[in-house]
Amino acid sequence: MRTRTFWLVAILVGAVFFGLSLLAPNQYYFQAGYKVLQYVVLATAWNILGGYTGYVNFGSAAFFALGAYSTVALYKLLPVPLPVLILIGGVVSGVVGLGMGYLTLRLRGAFFSIATLALAVVVQTLITNWDFVGGSRGAYIIPPMRVPILGHYIEYLYLVMVALSVLAIGIARTIERSRLGYGFAAIRDDEQAAEAAGVPTLRLKLVATTLSGALMGMAGAPLPYYVTYLDPASGFNLAYAVNSIAMPLIGGMSFWLGPLIGALFLGSIQEYTTVAFSSSSGLNVLIVGVLLVGFVIVAPNGIIGLFEGLRGRRR
Amino acid sequence: MGVSADLLLSAIVAGILLGGFYAAVTVGVSISFGMLDIVNIAHPAFIILGSYLVYILNQNYAVDPILAALLLLPVFYALGAAVYQIYYVVFERRGDEALRGLAFFFGLLFIIEVALILAFGVDYRFVNADYVGTTLHYGPIDLPLRMLIPFGMSLLLLAALQLFLSRTFTGRAIMAVSQDREALQLMSANPAKIKRIAFGISIATAALAGAFLIIIQPVEPSVGRDYIGRIFAICVLGGLGSFPGLLVAAVLLGIVESITATFYGPSWAPAVAFGVLLLTLAFRPSGIMGR
Amino acid sequence: MSATALLEVEDLSKQFGGFTALDAVSFSVAEGERLGLIGPNGSGKSTLVNCLCGALRHQGGSVRFAGARVDGLPAHQRTRLGMARSFQLPKPFRSLSVAENIRIPLLYTVNARKGAHLDAAALERRCHELLDLVGLAGKAMGRPRDLTQVEMRKLELARAMAAEPTLLIADEAMAGLSHAEVDDILALLHRLNEGGVTIILIEHIMRAVMSFSSRLVVLVAGRKIADGLPADVVRNPDVVKAYLGE
Repeated sequence: MRTRTFWLVAILVGAVFFGLSLLAPNQYYFQAGYKVLQYVVLATAWNILGGYTGYVNFGSAAFFALGAYSTVALYKLLPVPLPVLILIGGVVSGVVGLGMGYLTLRLRGAFFSIATLALAVVVQTLITNWDFVGGSRGAYIIPPMRVPILGHYIEYLYLVMVALSVLAIGIARTIERSRLGYGFAAIRDDEQAAEAAGVPTLRLKLVATTLSGALMGMAGAPLPYYVTYLDPASGFNLAYAVNSIAMPLIGGMSFWLGPLIGALFLGSIQEYTTVAFSSSSGLNVLIVGVLLVGFVIVAPNGIIGLFEGLRGRRR
Repeated sequence: MGVSADLLLSAIVAGILLGGFYAAVTVGVSISFGMLDIVNIAHPAFIILGSYLVYILNQNYAVDPILAALLLLPVFYALGAAVYQIYYVVFERRGDEALRGLAFFFGLLFIIEVALILAFGVDYRFVNADYVGTTLHYGPIDLPLRMLIPFGMSLLLLAALQLFLSRTFTGRAIMAVSQDREALQLMSANPAKIKRIAFGISIATAALAGAFLIIIQPVEPSVGRDYIGRIFAICVLGGLGSFPGLLVAAVLLGIVESITATFYGPSWAPAVAFGVLLLTLAFRPSGIMGR
Repeated sequence: MSATALLEVEDLSKQFGGFTALDAVSFSVAEGERLGLIGPNGSGKSTLVNCLCGALRHQGGSVRFAGARVDGLPAHQRTRLGMARSFQLPKPFRSLSVAENIRIPLLYTVNARKGAHLDAAALERRCHELLDLVGLAGKAMGRPRDLTQVEMRKLELARAMAAEPTLLIADEAMAGLSHAEVDDILALLHRLNEGGVTIILIEHIMRAVMSFSSRLVVLVAGRKIADGLPADVVRNPDVVKAYLGE
């Protein structure tokens, strides 16, 4: 399928999906759906750097939270419509991704990953100490009550997430089939050989971190409007870091369908356990951790890998 | 002026004591990462696990924390050996990418932390021991025993490990494996077995480090995360190769952290180690870089 | 240094901690030459290649390619300038097909240079041409893991050739090959050379080195101990003692 066709199909699917969602019986569907779709974007974004290029980012929470906190900062300064906030969140996180990449991408893979973790903690500490956005006390965001055409604001947020998901998946698919995607794969498989073959590895890795970071920031930008109260503990929640790794790994890291499957699968499980067992995030996140370790050991190519194994074909 | 100098002095002293403890925390990773090339990012979680087990023994059976840790040594050794065996069978033998190994340990870190939260909740836990409340005073310098004793024990631990690695047959085999895996295979010694022993020792040190931790401060499950940065900052600064270097780096970090906490407030402390780590990784070229 | 020297290496030195891997190595390679580089294991041949190509940073001396210094340049830029190498231990891109392995240098070296770009159809054709040249056309859609050791070495070479180099460094491309296979590779390299590609051949197989090289350089313990016509070099007493008389 040509890339242009893919985009059209994706947008169509997204529109149909949203249209059908409007038939949902109550608001809860949009609440839960928003969270799952948020993970679709996060997982897809992570996979661009992790699955395609082979660099494991432990600090997804930082990029995500930066998007959320740039929204908080702007909210306190002047009223800006949500799409613009998303763009700004993307730019902020993208720039930070670029900076982080520049500092750390010359390192061997393991040190890079540890550096991303370090970055996440540094960013979290900085924001916790920044009183303008509420610091450790948190900040309150009041979303508009109603939106024209749709009605409830949550439906608008949901629509935004559907759009972002389509965007993220479209970008991932475009990369896969492009020269850039080949470059990423070469880096992932053997960075030294890639360099010797003419691939500008540092530049491409920077593209990956910037793009990945930007998408995560965009996913985080609407968060304050969704939760209405944001504090560093929830913004930088470790669950985001684990899920953004677990979902692509469990779904399958080699192409765009994997993170989508992983996000839908794990996202739904977590939603279910949160509701069914009404515990705080403990149990459902534990499940994610166990599944992550389980899949890494048993099915490293994820759900997609399992399917292809069953069909006897190898990708 | 006098007050400030005194403050600085106590900050430095506290930093030194803290640094000794950090060395004990890091020595396990110095073995697993420095010698076996295994990025055990879950090491802090094992330390916290150690803290909690020591806590249980202390609270329910009134066992002295350090004694409790010594009792736990064989348990943690076995745990480490088991984890390594899984790691070896799943990853090393397959020659799989480092990415999966990292994800494995990250998952492990996560599982341990969340399991502890579910089991113990997020309240802070601490131990009772005779020396926890006592402080020695030498002029302007305060030496709380709860820091001095772990400091002393940490030095003992490092010395013991150093002796083990340089004097015993197994220890020297471990050193050999870390330097030249092929040579050892040619000698028909089994590198996997030796690595298993080494990794077991690495996790065993976590039991002791856990005891020291809960003596020094109250513990709750997420405390481990701050230590990831400290551990790797020390490894990078002090070298993965030598224990003396590790001790120096650990003490340095301890001092910098202590001074930052004293003069700028404790909420900045976690960022210090991570900041140091980032800067070192970014600007120091030796051995860490691809070339 | 000759006016048509393609590669000029002057006083190249490289240390690893306290260990000196290369000690003030100097030599030059003229355009169109076939240079053989030999030396015992551990003499620094691979380190030399890595320093020349940019995989390692050297401490002392300079490397000039086509008259310009390349010392600070990252490996991919040197490849784009025209230096290509094959790796001693084959390093294929394992998640890509054999044909796609060839695509990478075409996309990132050939298409990155100024001048004519290969469009999609031309890329495909070129992939298959190159695979044909090394006898891997039948395995184009397969994966590197399905190749034999020999085939992987051929893929290594094909990948280096895909970068359309003016200088090709073949690092022990023939290790473990049979007599006939060695001849195959030699014929390939000869053909490349006739087409204008300068070649540095690093090998242990003396028969191949002697028949192929127009000039021979000997490296022992990081130092160059001989540099001249093959017939002369092998009679050099130092060379005999250090390398041949084993």
